[in-house]
Amino acid sequence: MLTFILRRLGGMVLTMVCLTLVVFFMVNLEPNLTKLALSQMDMRASRADQEQWLERNGYRQPFLVRYGQWMGVVKKQPIISRATGQPTARFSFCNDPVEPAYSGVLQGDFGCSTKFRTPVATKLFPALGATGILMMWVLIVMVPVSLLIGILAGMREGSRTDRSLSVVSIASTATPEYVSGVIFTVVFASWLGWLNGSAASAARGITFYNFTLPVITLAIYGIGYIARMTRASMVEVMMQQYIRTARLKGLSFRAVVVKHALRNALIAPFTVIMLQFPWLLTGVVVVETMFRYQGFGYTLVEAASNNDIDLLLGCSLVSVFVVLITQLISDVGYAYLNPRIRVQ
Amino acid sequence: MPTERIGAIAIIWGLLVQFWPVWLALAIILVPSMVYRRRLGLYGQLFDTGVGIAGVAICLFWLFTAIFSQVVAPFDPLGQIVAMKDALPGSVVPDSGGVYLLGGDKLARDVFSRMVYGSRIVLIIAPAATLFALMVGTTLGLPAGYYGGRIDTILSFLANLVLAFPVILLFYLLVTPGIMDTPLPYALAGVFFIFPVIFFSVLFWTRFKNRPERLYPLLAVTILLGGWVYVGLVFDKDPLGIVSIRPNELNIFVAVVFASAPGVFRIVRGLAMDIKTRDYVAAAQTRGEGPWYIMLWEILPNARGPLIVDTCLRIGYTTILLGTLGYFGLGLAPESPDWGTAIKEASRLLRATIHPALPPVFALMSFVLGLNLLADALREQSLKD
Repeated sequence: MLTFILRRLGGMVLTMVCLTLVVFFMVNLEPNLTKLALSQMDMRASRADQEQWLERNGYRQPFLVRYGQWMGVVKKQPIISRATGQPTARFSFCNDPVEPAYSGVLQGDFGCSTKFRTPVATKLFPALGATGILMMWVLIVMVPVSLLIGILAGMREGSRTDRSLSVVSIASTATPEYVSGVIFTVVFASWLGWLNGSAASAARGITFYNFTLPVITLAIYGIGYIARMTRASMVEVMMQQYIRTARLKGLSFRAVVVKHALRNALIAPFTVIMLQFPWLLTGVVVVETMFRYQGFGYTLVEAASNNDIDLLLGCSLVSVFVVLITQLISDVGYAYLNPRIRVQ
Repeated sequence: MPTERIGAIAIIWGLLVQFWPVWLALAIILVPSMVYRRRLGLYGQLFDTGVGIAGVAICLFWLFTAIFSQVVAPFDPLGQIVAMKDALPGSVVPDSGGVYLLGGDKLARDVFSRMVYGSRIVLIIAPAATLFALMVGTTLGLPAGYYGGRIDTILSFLANLVLAFPVILLFYLLVTPGIMDTPLPYALAGVFFIFPVIFFSVLFWTRFKNRPERLYPLLAVTILLGGWVYVGLVFDKDPLGIVSIRPNELNIFVAVVFASAPGVFRIVRGLAMDIKTRDYVAAAQTRGEGPWYIMLWEILPNARGPLIVDTCLRIGYTTILLGTLGYFGLGLAPESPDWGTAIKEASRLLRATIHPALPPVFALMSFVLGLNLLADALREQSLKD
């Protein structure tokens, strides 16, 4: 088991290197660099000026050298100012090294955000904290509700409870965040006036008034999906021979469901919940944009639309890390829960 | 602002009348299907349950709306009538006497016509992209699950690499306007669009390799059709000029296939891993069948139930992805009438006016709901077999 996890962790590091390479390649495509130069200079800067800016700030160094600098395995070189001949930092708003030094992700330096004019770490980590709070509330709402709906529906296939709960969960999988967000805002904020259609004030303090809409908007899509998977798994388990055996030997329906069916039926939803995280990350981006909540998703959108290279790389690193950790937990948990699949 | 408005009942009546070709087509399809449902196999069985009927009806409703959108929509989706800016539902257009049934948006366009034309964009891209994703995912997922070992490690690594991207980051990287200047979207399209050809060639080869009279015609048709579409889509050089796609649409298409193929891969791989332990696979192995025969003709048909359901769900999921692209203003033109873009435009102004937001929202929701209901009904039926 330990070697399995160690191998998986090794795979994770490899995945992160590959992914950041891909992202690094994409953000450094010529059209994107032009966009960056234009957003940092004024919009009418000539082609030559852009080129000079890119050259001056080291964007024209070889690809792998720059990736190595970002990683922290190649020394970052300071810029020699033309006017004074003295080495200067690249961006005045970040304390970039003035002498050659290893300063990359491995050393804990995530680089410099050109959009927010601050080091990436001071922007990214508070945003992550804000999103963490949002995610926590979403999970608190989503997981119990969806498992309950799924088990109640799948327990007696074809019953009236099953049919009505199934339609509810189907309807909820059909409403992505940008749809449910609009509907909830119209109903609860514009029409009834109970809740706030913006979560911007949540940065100063979370209240029921400003935080409910983002949480339910984000939870509603996942609820339907997890509930359907739980139901499907529960239905399948309830048709197994051993359930019939348990019923025939005289166990009550409740005992059969709780003791025999539940554990087997919860294997599939466990994986599904874990694999929901990538989707939740996307949902976070939609919800935070819609409700103006300054978290990770908002940062990612700002970074991507301004081609803020270092910030975008930081965001990808974080999200990839979250996704891979959840996948690892999902696989280890699946093997642990299901004795038929042994870890080799 | 126009002063003249019609009442709520007149609006509903007007909407029902506007959809007349759709009702007609629905009646032509649904009535015979209901009558002859006993003879129509799996499709006929869908009409046994309320969920199935609702699913089929909603999906067909949007399909016909997309087909007849020129007749259904009373106005041009991009046409602006200045007096109708932010007009409330049911406002009468001055001079012409037409009615903005669901009101006008901030650029004074008819919300109803835009919703109807939006269905056209969504119903072309979403199912097509899903089918390609299905081909890619199946062709790679079967060997990964069946062989296991190194093939599985490599393919799963690649799939996880894509799955590890948050979809929205992937879209921001893949669907920026600048990227069409680079060969990247075309290279990806070149890779994805070859998969259906490979899939069908192997499918026919494994089954009919000892019966050349069946094999060669089938292979010829596959390669001819596949090659024709391939040349048209990837190089935009269809000799007949029928198959063509605009660069930004190709870009969206590729991004959506790229984002959903790994999901199919994971499902097919899981199913293959499960099914390969069954007795009939062992029997086929003992008979001396080749691995690809077993994968395509023993494992795949037995995985069809979950796969059909997944395809239905995935078309809905692709619709949602497409809406996400529109919501973030990626790929599609800002004036495009597709639902995602319309929701983006309207949701920014939700504090002032709510009526332009609701039609695209309910359109997207009902279409995905229809697909999900259909998937659910199909799942029920395939379990009964």
